[in-house]
Amino acid sequence: MASKTRDTARPSAPGGVSFSLSDPTVRAVFYQILVVGIVIAVGWFLIHNTLDNLSKRSIATGFGFLEREASFGIGESLIDYHPRDSYGRAFLVGVLNTLKVSIIGVVLATVLGTLIGVARLSSNWLIAKLASTYVEIVRNIPPLLQLFFWYALVSESMPPVRQALNPIPGVFLSQRGLFVPVPSADPVWGMMAFALAIAVIAVVFLRRWAKARQERTGQPFPIGSASLGLLVGLPLIAYIAGGAPTALDVPKLQGFNFVGGVVLTPEFFAILVGLVVYTAAFIAEVVRSGILAVNWGQTEAARALGIDSGKTLRLVVLPQALRVIVPPLTSQYLNLTKNSSLALAIGYPDLVSIANTTLNQTGQAIEGVAMIMGTYLVISLGISIFMNWYNKRIALVER
Amino acid sequence: MTDNVHTGNVPTGSIPDERPPSNTVGPVAWLRNNLFNTWYNALLTILIAWLLFKAIPPLLDWLIFSANSFGTPPQVCRQEGGACWTFVSEKLRFVMFGTFPYDEQWRPLITIVIIIALVLASCDRRFWKPWLALVWIAGLTAVGVLMWGGVLGLTYVENTLWGGLPLTLMLSVVGLSVAFPASVLLALGRRSQLPAIRVISVTYIELIRGVPLISLLFMASVMFPLFLPTGVNFDKLLRAQIAFIMFAAAYMAEAIRGGLQAIPKGQYEAADALGLNYWQAMGKIILPQALAISIPPLVNTFISFFKDTSLVIIIGLYDLLGTAKAALSDPAWRGFYREAYLFIGVIYWVFCYSMSKYSQKLERDLRRGHRR
Repeated sequence: MASKTRDTARPSAPGGVSFSLSDPTVRAVFYQILVVGIVIAVGWFLIHNTLDNLSKRSIATGFGFLEREASFGIGESLIDYHPRDSYGRAFLVGVLNTLKVSIIGVVLATVLGTLIGVARLSSNWLIAKLASTYVEIVRNIPPLLQLFFWYALVSESMPPVRQALNPIPGVFLSQRGLFVPVPSADPVWGMMAFALAIAVIAVVFLRRWAKARQERTGQPFPIGSASLGLLVGLPLIAYIAGGAPTALDVPKLQGFNFVGGVVLTPEFFAILVGLVVYTAAFIAEVVRSGILAVNWGQTEAARALGIDSGKTLRLVVLPQALRVIVPPLTSQYLNLTKNSSLALAIGYPDLVSIANTTLNQTGQAIEGVAMIMGTYLVISLGISIFMNWYNKRIALVER
Repeated sequence: MTDNVHTGNVPTGSIPDERPPSNTVGPVAWLRNNLFNTWYNALLTILIAWLLFKAIPPLLDWLIFSANSFGTPPQVCRQEGGACWTFVSEKLRFVMFGTFPYDEQWRPLITIVIIIALVLASCDRRFWKPWLALVWIAGLTAVGVLMWGGVLGLTYVENTLWGGLPLTLMLSVVGLSVAFPASVLLALGRRSQLPAIRVISVTYIELIRGVPLISLLFMASVMFPLFLPTGVNFDKLLRAQIAFIMFAAAYMAEAIRGGLQAIPKGQYEAADALGLNYWQAMGKIILPQALAISIPPLVNTFISFFKDTSLVIIIGLYDLLGTAKAALSDPAWRGFYREAYLFIGVIYWVFCYSMSKYSQKLERDLRRGHRR
């Protein structure tokens, strides 16, 4: 930074107030007023024109339209939705769909990206070359082109609904997506969820106890397998206690489409695979550079202390690599979330696509775009706050 | 030197030349070191080799051996399987130039050549001189004349007819060259000591970076007409171009801010000590260094920006991806999406890959310059 004092170093003439532009303080104020003035003037010009245009075209303003009936269908939604519902609810469906694809996408992209990043550093020549080929190809092709490709792969190569492939009984694969049977609703699912919640709480306390014990006595506790046992075991006990229901909700061809079961639509498949494949290439580079940033001497030192390679990775290399990895990883998560708006191009009903339909139907462009931008700003902010908190937690504590 | 002191326990005379042990050099050793060094690597090698063996022959078969060469009608292609390269030869001019009048398509072709030549020339550090800016202005003027026409005996072509690769190149090149000066100002504004200017810059940059490009394109296509006084109207292409400039400026500003932050404090103090004012200090001392440091991240921004031009398809412009998709909607050629996407994928890839290789080379070169 330039020295803080430069613009204020020369005090204005004592006694009288000088308005000369050669006075740095006056100049600073002058420039700021100038810039703010220009911004306000431009803003006023735009707002004035907009209001003028809106009244001429007699377009309503305000968010009152959110209460009105949406009267358009949405292909897939996490909550109940009907065309008779309001625009507000339709938009909520879109937000949930965006969150769904982003969260699943972030998890899968992290897993795939980490695998590929580590593979690029493999001592196995074949694996390293294959991983770097993947990275070089995928990240140099526009994501939208990749989405179109994945979408076409399902919608053009799969048979129509009538001739759906039926590889396993109850599973159908067609242009309309992959239909799989799911266990039908039963009170036991609620009990299992409750058991899982108890298991999570138990694991938290167990970890705390195990850590305290290790600090007191030096005895390590097999926390990994114990937690796994609790998390799987308790729900399983609840399931068996509830009578172990095996009824399935099997998809059936009804009219023009399958009904029942769970569907992986081609739109969701394309947007998810596209985002994961694309973002994983970038995450792979982030992971690779993070691992390379850890001095090899750290690994050697750990070996010299007799720490085995799994623990070296977990306790020595990874904590240091994460410091380098987390900030750029955050931007990749944000990118994935923002890129999920490409869903519009293939018809997955994310928030942009639903807001777009809304603004086309109501003509309320400003509100529509403001809702898209506002939602993304909130999501971006949320991810940054969480990742910054995590980053601070793992940051190097120095003197 | 002091060798003679120690010769007591060192054998005198030269050791006869020997070949290195056979297990450290040669193809067998390479295989052992790179593919079979541990049991799990050996297992993985065999697994991957088997997968490649399963995947590559059918792929090559589709691409080359069973592919239908140029001229086979689509019906025959459908029956025979294999890639149908007729699609590419048949639709080549549409995919490359969109709906530009057929007889005039030499004009967008020359446009492509001019833009690529300009970019290539700018990649050579020997040409980084002030006159390069003049060359750019001349080149872009020529591009405008060629595309629009209406002068020099060229027929006028509305820009709603533009499409394909020239549109992709023009959107990115014009967008970047306008966004660059804006981004320098934004980056300086973000690091300014004047709070009002800093707040405005930070707000702008964070606002644009926090939303997806699509929402900016929407804003351009549905809101810009409302922003303007009644009667004034921009066409769709210009509106998209403005959205791209706004977007690119925010991202490039962050790349340049990184460069500015890397300049040691002493450089600012030295500029102060010389009595330079703000613009002299920035223009003569800080920015030249900061921009040199920011070039690699800037090139990365260029790459992502080049890929993002494909989004104009969403507001109904036909860039390279748009024309390919339009070509696919021709009923006679439905279903040849693999050929279409492979073809334009290769075009995008060549541009982006060469830019990324260039940025890596530049990074090495510039680092060499800093080494003492």
